[in-house]
Amino acid sequence: MLKYTLKRLAYILLTLWIVITCTFFLMKKLPGTPFDPEHFSIMSPQQQEKVLEMYGLNDPVPVQYIKYLKNILRGDFGTSYTYVNQKVTDVIGGRLGPSALIGIQAVLLGLAVGLVLGILAAWRHNTAIDYVTMIIAVLGVSVPNFVAAALLQYYIGLKWGVLPVGFWTNWACSILPSIALSFSPLAQVARFTRTEMLDVLDQDYIVTARAKGISQFKVLTRHAIRNSIIPVITILGPIVVNLMTGSLAVENIYSIPGIGSLFVDCIKANDYPVIMGITVFYAAFYMLVVLLVDLAYSLIDPRIRLAKGKED
Amino acid sequence: MEKRQIKDSLFEKAQVEASEKERIAAPASGMLKDAWLRLKKNKAATVSLFVLIAIILLAIFAPVFSKYSFKDTDYSLVFATPSKEHIFGADQFGRDMWVRTWMGTRISLMIALVAAILDLVVGVIYGAVSALIGGKVDAVMQRIIEILVGIPNLIIVILFLMAFPAGVGTIIAALSITGWVNMARLVRAEILKLKNQEFVLASQVLGTSKKDIIFKDLIPNTVSVIVINVMFTIPSAIFTEAFLSFIGIGLAEPQASLGVLINGGYQVLRTYPHVLVFPAITIVLIMVCFSILGDGLRDALDPQMRK
Amino acid sequence: MGKLLEVNNLTIHIKTHKGTVQAVRDVSFVLNEQETLAVVGESGSGKSITMKGVMGILPKNGKVVGGNVMFQGEDLVKCSEQKMQQVRGSEIAMIFQDPMTSLNPTMKIGKQIEEMLKEHKKDMSAEARKARVLELLSMVGISNPEARYKQYPHQLSGGMRQRIVIAIALACDPKILIADEPTTALDVTIQAQILDLMKELQKKTKTSIIIITHNLGVVANIADRVAVMYGGKMVETADVTNLFHNPCHEYTRGLLKSIPREESKGESLYAIPGTPPDLMDPPKGCPFAARCEKTMKVCQEFMPDYFDCGSGHRSACWMLDERAKNFRGGESS
Repeated sequence: MLKYTLKRLAYILLTLWIVITCTFFLMKKLPGTPFDPEHFSIMSPQQQEKVLEMYGLNDPVPVQYIKYLKNILRGDFGTSYTYVNQKVTDVIGGRLGPSALIGIQAVLLGLAVGLVLGILAAWRHNTAIDYVTMIIAVLGVSVPNFVAAALLQYYIGLKWGVLPVGFWTNWACSILPSIALSFSPLAQVARFTRTEMLDVLDQDYIVTARAKGISQFKVLTRHAIRNSIIPVITILGPIVVNLMTGSLAVENIYSIPGIGSLFVDCIKANDYPVIMGITVFYAAFYMLVVLLVDLAYSLIDPRIRLAKGKED
Repeated sequence: MEKRQIKDSLFEKAQVEASEKERIAAPASGMLKDAWLRLKKNKAATVSLFVLIAIILLAIFAPVFSKYSFKDTDYSLVFATPSKEHIFGADQFGRDMWVRTWMGTRISLMIALVAAILDLVVGVIYGAVSALIGGKVDAVMQRIIEILVGIPNLIIVILFLMAFPAGVGTIIAALSITGWVNMARLVRAEILKLKNQEFVLASQVLGTSKKDIIFKDLIPNTVSVIVINVMFTIPSAIFTEAFLSFIGIGLAEPQASLGVLINGGYQVLRTYPHVLVFPAITIVLIMVCFSILGDGLRDALDPQMRK
Repeated sequence: MGKLLEVNNLTIHIKTHKGTVQAVRDVSFVLNEQETLAVVGESGSGKSITMKGVMGILPKNGKVVGGNVMFQGEDLVKCSEQKMQQVRGSEIAMIFQDPMTSLNPTMKIGKQIEEMLKEHKKDMSAEARKARVLELLSMVGISNPEARYKQYPHQLSGGMRQRIVIAIALACDPKILIADEPTTALDVTIQAQILDLMKELQKKTKTSIIIITHNLGVVANIADRVAVMYGGKMVETADVTNLFHNPCHEYTRGLLKSIPREESKGESLYAIPGTPPDLMDPPKGCPFAARCEKTMKVCQEFMPDYFDCGSGHRSACWMLDERAKNFRGGESS
């Protein structure tokens, strides 16, 4: 287990290095300087020199690359171009809270509703609840999150006026964006649980359980549900990817000061150090989640856990 | 026991046709025909198929047969609400939304289709080569894939879009650069699975040439996996394009993809919701239909599901 | 020996997307106390579905459309689900074909056995339950029961798992044990062990056994009586010796001919030509008519009655009819 974890961590570091290298040289290839050309061109050569010096832009590219790598190892991703005199790590760190809050709320909401719907749908296969769940599942993956977010904002926020339409002043502001973000995980979880559960209900051990004379409800809770929700952990990876994508649009729509809106703003403003910082952050976060999911799965499911340390 | 009139004359040798002995319960049908029959039984999938065909036809012909063009402005019509003349109304420049919506659909579908074809070609070749050659080549190719799947697609797509000038070609390239990985993994897994199945082993034992095994046993049996995956790639490409255009780093005005239209509509949502609603409904309809049709095809084609 | 279970004219239909399969048609049989009845037939002949019908655990698309199952004076077909839950496990237990899949993979073995006791012996204390589980484990020949109690199914071999499945089935001392091809999925050497175990346990527990199998070797080894099923119909029932020495139905004869024998070494093995009938559209006459070597016109038109062949031996074949005498004479010479 330890060896496996270490190997996976090594892979993650290798991948991060490739991501950093590719993004770094890509950024260097991009046309123009990150500075406002009007202001930059009226500076004196000395001033220009000083500014470039400050951002480490006057060294040859390979030297910049080595410096950048060294700094990253020290936890320094450089200085933002647009947020003057702010470290990239501070800029990102300051935006982490809101993103984390709506992300976690969305996952929890999606998991809770998705699991319940998926289980009910499989249990009452081919009944109204099953059809409703399937419709929700199809809509959840088919309606683009930005469309859902915009419509929620318009109808619930604006027309009914029950919830804040945006900004970040109190917790109520996080409700609509969390709901908008939760649609896709909800649909994925509902669908996956339903399929998994239908599969489990078809298994021989369910017939064995029925032959034991225990009630349908107990067959369901003791044998079917446990075995069908364990694998749901495995789709947490794709769910996280969806959340990251979703947050870019949803945070913009609801004007939330999170990572997603920061990323979009910085892309538009060519703030390369922040873009690179967020890129590395997203990649690292995603890979760590996938690793944790795999580890958790092998801990929870006895079949996998013991496949490694098999005795007698 | 019910009363039965059984004549003594019946107790004599009967002719049993040889064919009767071998009567097979259900008529054997080819895999594709069977799949088609199953798909036809799936009402939701059939309806989706027809809706999609209708949408594709509208996307191709609606702009052609309208007297308006997607970029002609008419300032007397700014934000006109739907009417007989302009079924979907008009946008902030008085452009006809009916034509723009179908034009946008056309561009979105085209981007998705080309991206899916590129995914298919690259993915199938990569996966097949990896699985068929095996050994060290396979190991190296799989390490590359492992690294690629570690990176969230969105990041690659966004960085790619920053590095190259925005346009239809760039978006297609950005979508394909990440999309093929999934196809390659599926094709490889399927071929590896098939390679160890009895019927392929049987072919080998019977002395079928390697080429024949690849083209007659392996490739035809991966078709369903490929078709199903394409059915899921297309909507995801449509979504990604729309998403990128919506957050403002994909296509931009005056080009009209569904994402651009939705972005434009969102800006004026509070006052003129109709500008958002029609492109939004179209994209949702396309996504829903592809999703249902994809599921239907998977159920129809998946040999494991054939009973 | 009294009758324990009596199945009369049981008819079961299964709905599939292609149509309704008449899986079990008008099946009747009797199970006596302390006897082992083997139900023999090829795959798809309706053996398993019959037994699932008796247990009331048909798949969702299956339904008993006629007949009754009499057990201790009650018709199990008409019983409420609650009542059936009390019968299942405690009165009639069932074990299944594939021990690899018939145990819950994420539940400890001990728990799976205990579940049965918890359900049917509600006044048992936790300690007593555990003691009973350990006793059952050693009874079915599992060494080191304490350790096994805490293990998961995948940690055991197929033969061991089948022993666990048997332990579960016997936990509440059922009156009837239905074993659905209990040895088919196992290695040949393990098969014999499991059969021996079942015989031995039957002596101890006085349980009646219905064993479903397509292996005539298993029948000869364990059964007292045999029922032969073909095309959803029960075509012949007899004592095991009677059946082996004096088969009356042409299908049974074919089956027996297809067993490899010492005397016939070197000859090619006999196989009944053709394939079983389509139960979605079953033939109106004898289901075996299309493959039989002695088909008469009547066989194609009418379902044969049961003819008594002596000492409880019954067979549904027109060849046993008085009127077929001439034909039979003509044919055999």
